Amino acid sequence: MPANRFNGFTDYGIGIGLRIPHYDHILSRKPVVDWFEIISENFMIDGGRPLKTLDQILEQYRVVQHGVSMYFGSAEKLNREHLKKLKALVKRTKTPWLSDHLCWGSVDGTYSHDLLPMPYTFEAAKVTARNVREARDFLEVPVCVENVSSYAEFHVSEMTEWEFLNEVVERADCGILLDVNNIYVSSRNHSFNPYEYLNSVPADRVAQIHLAGHSKFQKYILDTHDHPVIDPVWKLYDHAIKLVGPTATLLEWDDHIPSFEEVHAEAMKAERFLPVAAV
Amino acid sequence: MAPLGRADEVSRKIKAGYIKANDRLTPVERLEIYSRSYWYRLIDSMYEDFPGLLAVLGPRAFDKIVRAYLADCPSRSFTLRNLGSRLHEWLGKNKKFAGNKIDVALDMIALEWAHIEAWDAAERKLLGPEDLLEPGPDLRIGLQPHISLLDLRYPVDDLRIRAASAHTEHETASNAVTKPKKRRALAVGRLKPQRIFVAVHRMDDSIYYRRLAHDEFRILEMLRERKPVGRALAKCVKESATPVAELQKNLEKWFASWAELGWLCGI
Repeated sequence: MPANRFNGFTDYGIGIGLRIPHYDHILSRKPVVDWFEIISENFMIDGGRPLKTLDQILEQYRVVQHGVSMYFGSAEKLNREHLKKLKALVKRTKTPWLSDHLCWGSVDGTYSHDLLPMPYTFEAAKVTARNVREARDFLEVPVCVENVSSYAEFHVSEMTEWEFLNEVVERADCGILLDVNNIYVSSRNHSFNPYEYLNSVPADRVAQIHLAGHSKFQKYILDTHDHPVIDPVWKLYDHAIKLVGPTATLLEWDDHIPSFEEVHAEAMKAERFLPVAAV
Repeated sequence: MAPLGRADEVSRKIKAGYIKANDRLTPVERLEIYSRSYWYRLIDSMYEDFPGLLAVLGPRAFDKIVRAYLADCPSRSFTLRNLGSRLHEWLGKNKKFAGNKIDVALDMIALEWAHIEAWDAAERKLLGPEDLLEPGPDLRIGLQPHISLLDLRYPVDDLRIRAASAHTEHETASNAVTKPKKRRALAVGRLKPQRIFVAVHRMDDSIYYRRLAHDEFRILEMLRERKPVGRALAKCVKESATPVAELQKNLEKWFASWAELGWLCGI
């Protein structure tokens, strides 16, 4: 599924997250990168260096927006002012699709700045799908939801996480940003089979894939984005590609960020798995 | 939203009622992963934004203030960039946290918040001939939105520059759990009071602190308040202790300098 209506019928390859420590390298050396993913919130501002840098990047590269604070799973309706700022950025970047997380994180205007886990109930799926539809209609761009890493589960849940994901995307008729590392992290934290999760994902809705590294502790795994991708996650990625076809893939590295070359080389390891699925 | 991590018996029962245990962690332990991450993330953001305040107060007092502030004023914005927006007001009402350093702490917060505002505020079109077609007593000139004018009791600007040498740009990451970071505070001696007037502004994507003369500061303040240029100058001439001839020379110099710095814009 290299191109579908959920990624604007594009066929993007392997990209990396655009991060400040790499700005100088990218702008001066102009490395060959298929596309960059930006965190929308870092550019929802009125002026200054971030927007100037973004404009310079946009002159030479394809950029896709990824958000962290839309909180589709919050009970209240989306913040209209937030959506307006986001739409201004969408017009600037011309992002072919836009993603945010399947989570909640704010209550009555107070923000946790975290991606909090949801109770997997039909009611929550209904509310979340309403919010996703509202965002898509307002922003006028395909919207994808990303599965998050989680560390807690609710007694009230009526279904598994993958059933919940399916319920939301079917109700919202939206795409999926499939985070393979998050599936791995959550599978270890909640003792489920990550392949069962992957096998249940509607392949035709997958618009993009995320890869990242994480940190292992004695009793749980934390999604820290500060390590290379581990082999079990590459194996999951391999399986995902076999299911959904070559798909726009993005490596996230957000802490203890190494050189641009190292991050890019780590992302390009994904190439090993793409031709097989393409055959 | 009450901050997580203050788990008394009642909240433990609530958490256990909502959250499942697994074979390794209790419900409370599972929620505490989120609690720790919440505090690390927010405290880390305050360290990034207020290195000067950290230098003024030292790590222990800074940590205490940040935790108390965040408990009273949790984030009301989608972006951590605005996390410290209420710190000046909050510390003004909770002076005990800064003890006898309260005045210098408040000055430093004002400077550091102006720095944040200057970083990503809008930049309007520079003042052009078309804005001066009808010069006269009612002519109004605007100041760029990224400029903050500060009347400070302590020379905190130099200290902030030293303290922020290791400062990094703010950036939100995606879906990553925040881990604690080691921080070092610049050791500084006690600052002597000295009233200074400072413009915090942006030029070529860098932030500058420019000291201003008192009269210069007052004129800029009046322009910011959208008072007509003629009235601002007349008021300044009337109230200034500087002889008129010298003030006239200064005015020419200041306007030329403001234009060169790109501070002036249309209204």
